[in-house]
Amino acid sequence: MSKLIKAGTQQEIEQFLYNQSEMLDTRRWQDWIDLFTADGIYWMPADPADEDGDGIPSIFYEDHYLMRTRMKRLDHPRAWSQSPAPRTSHLVSNVQLDAAASTDKELVVRSRFFTGEIRLDKQRHFVGSYTHYLIPDEKSWKIRLQRVDILNYDAPFDYVLQVWL
Amino acid sequence: MDGQSTPADKILLEGLVETDRVHKDCYVSEEVFEKELEHIFYKSWIYAGHESQIKNKGDFTTFQIGRQPMILVRGDADNFHVLFNRCPHRGAMLTNRHMGNAGHHFICSYHAWQFNFDGSVHAIPSPAGYDDTRFDKNDQDACMKAAPRVASYRGFIFASLAADGPDLETWLSGAKAAFDDICDRAPEGEVEVVKTCFRVVQKSNWKIFLENQLDALHPSITHGAAGRAAADVEEEIKAETGQEAPLQYHYLSAFTTPIYKWDGLETAGHKYGHSMLQGYMGLRPKDPDTLEYEAVMEKAYGKERTDEIFNTNIHHVLVYPCLSVQSPLQQLRAVRPLGPNETLTEIWHFRLKGAPEAIYRRSLHYYNLVNSPSTMINADDLYNFWRCQQGLTSEGGDWVSFHRNEGQDYHEDGVTTSVTGLSELPMRHMFTAWAGYMKGEL
Repeated sequence: MSKLIKAGTQQEIEQFLYNQSEMLDTRRWQDWIDLFTADGIYWMPADPADEDGDGIPSIFYEDHYLMRTRMKRLDHPRAWSQSPAPRTSHLVSNVQLDAAASTDKELVVRSRFFTGEIRLDKQRHFVGSYTHYLIPDEKSWKIRLQRVDILNYDAPFDYVLQVWL
Repeated sequence: MDGQSTPADKILLEGLVETDRVHKDCYVSEEVFEKELEHIFYKSWIYAGHESQIKNKGDFTTFQIGRQPMILVRGDADNFHVLFNRCPHRGAMLTNRHMGNAGHHFICSYHAWQFNFDGSVHAIPSPAGYDDTRFDKNDQDACMKAAPRVASYRGFIFASLAADGPDLETWLSGAKAAFDDICDRAPEGEVEVVKTCFRVVQKSNWKIFLENQLDALHPSITHGAAGRAAADVEEEIKAETGQEAPLQYHYLSAFTTPIYKWDGLETAGHKYGHSMLQGYMGLRPKDPDTLEYEAVMEKAYGKERTDEIFNTNIHHVLVYPCLSVQSPLQQLRAVRPLGPNETLTEIWHFRLKGAPEAIYRRSLHYYNLVNSPSTMINADDLYNFWRCQQGLTSEGGDWVSFHRNEGQDYHEDGVTTSVTGLSELPMRHMFTAWAGYMKGEL
């Protein structure tokens, strides 16, 4: 068993995930980006069978700099499709520490999400699963990779996804 | 007619299309939409798919021609068939998948009627029941109906629901340049599709999308925020790493190009409504990856021909009415109108056969950043399209203006060229073809 899994780790990780989604719902983009390691990646595969997003098509495949680009755009007054800004509410649940996949250096956590979004009077929702690859940090954890498997990965999007889920 | 000219007759289609403006009904009327399907989508050639999507016998992919659900399948003789996705027995769809392999036959999920890939009947259960009836399994009505014409140009397959009309190459005319450019950039002279297809539904008329593709005035306005954000991050990367930002940031920051620079570009209109934008976004940096690619190309084609290929400066080609092709970045968007207010785009990209992996990645970055569902670019386009559609539905006015640089277009050898990249020539040109189709003249 990974040395990273101790008594209290489950609750600590749950709080970490809740905080992360709260940052998105309150639009604290920089705080959210800071949860990632310097080389951290946010990845939403275009196909659940994909094992690595590098060099293949993905819905999102963003490093620190692309996340910064997205953040700056979201905050720009002339990002037309984002004005007025959409509102979101994330629920994160079914949090499981994956002991088999974790090592002494990295904790693998699986969870499921349900996100509601409202924009221009219309509500839509997204469902799927998260896999977080977490590295211990002084006080907390850093995300080396967050994999987001969205259930409708292959469906037509009726308008596009501008904010991380 | 060669030289600069203004057609004396400004009315191209009574009440709807004039040379410099079009009526809003072109975009919002259900009746006009039905006529477009009949006169344009069911008469011209429509993009079905790429040969590499269906490599093996029985491989198929589905798509729409207007409202018609179609199947493109590779047949027994390594040929291609386009069939209506409908069982002639009771009307059930033969497949509900986007792509797959049908094995040896299409088999209906309802009563197991089986069809060969050319649409003919292979087997029908309980055949004795048809004895002494007027049913004949060799009759056309018993077969899956096939599109009358299927043809391929450099691996790109098109189908037409019209039995007569110009052949594919004649019809493509100047738009052949899109497929020549995309294939010639491959050292082996052909491309291979990447399996992912991003699909996006636009809440707007299909023509608004095509018009936007060649609208050089919009990028710095629509995409100013994304362009500015990327330009800022390019500076951050330079400051933090001491190196130039990777090319993908340039794809985004290029959208900050000031309006006056677009002036120097050129748009051209070809027969049947095809149009292109030339110039913009040079893709020939001197990094090691590009140099390696150039070396492979020179080995395949020789230096002179390689230079000729790389100097082809096409940004977008519209194959009217069904495709927007970005040949230097190996992507295409197929346009599938679902109704006057709704359009599906299917977005594909390709590998250049024989080119280094880094060159593929160049197009992949563009595919992910500009064409994926998380795109920071198309998001703002879709929003503008939707706003246009909303406004056009209103009683706030009857006309859409395409006056910019009207009367200054240059006509030569059947090609119409703009005096500036900012000219609304592409819109006027497409509507000239539109009126021609609607009157049955094209």
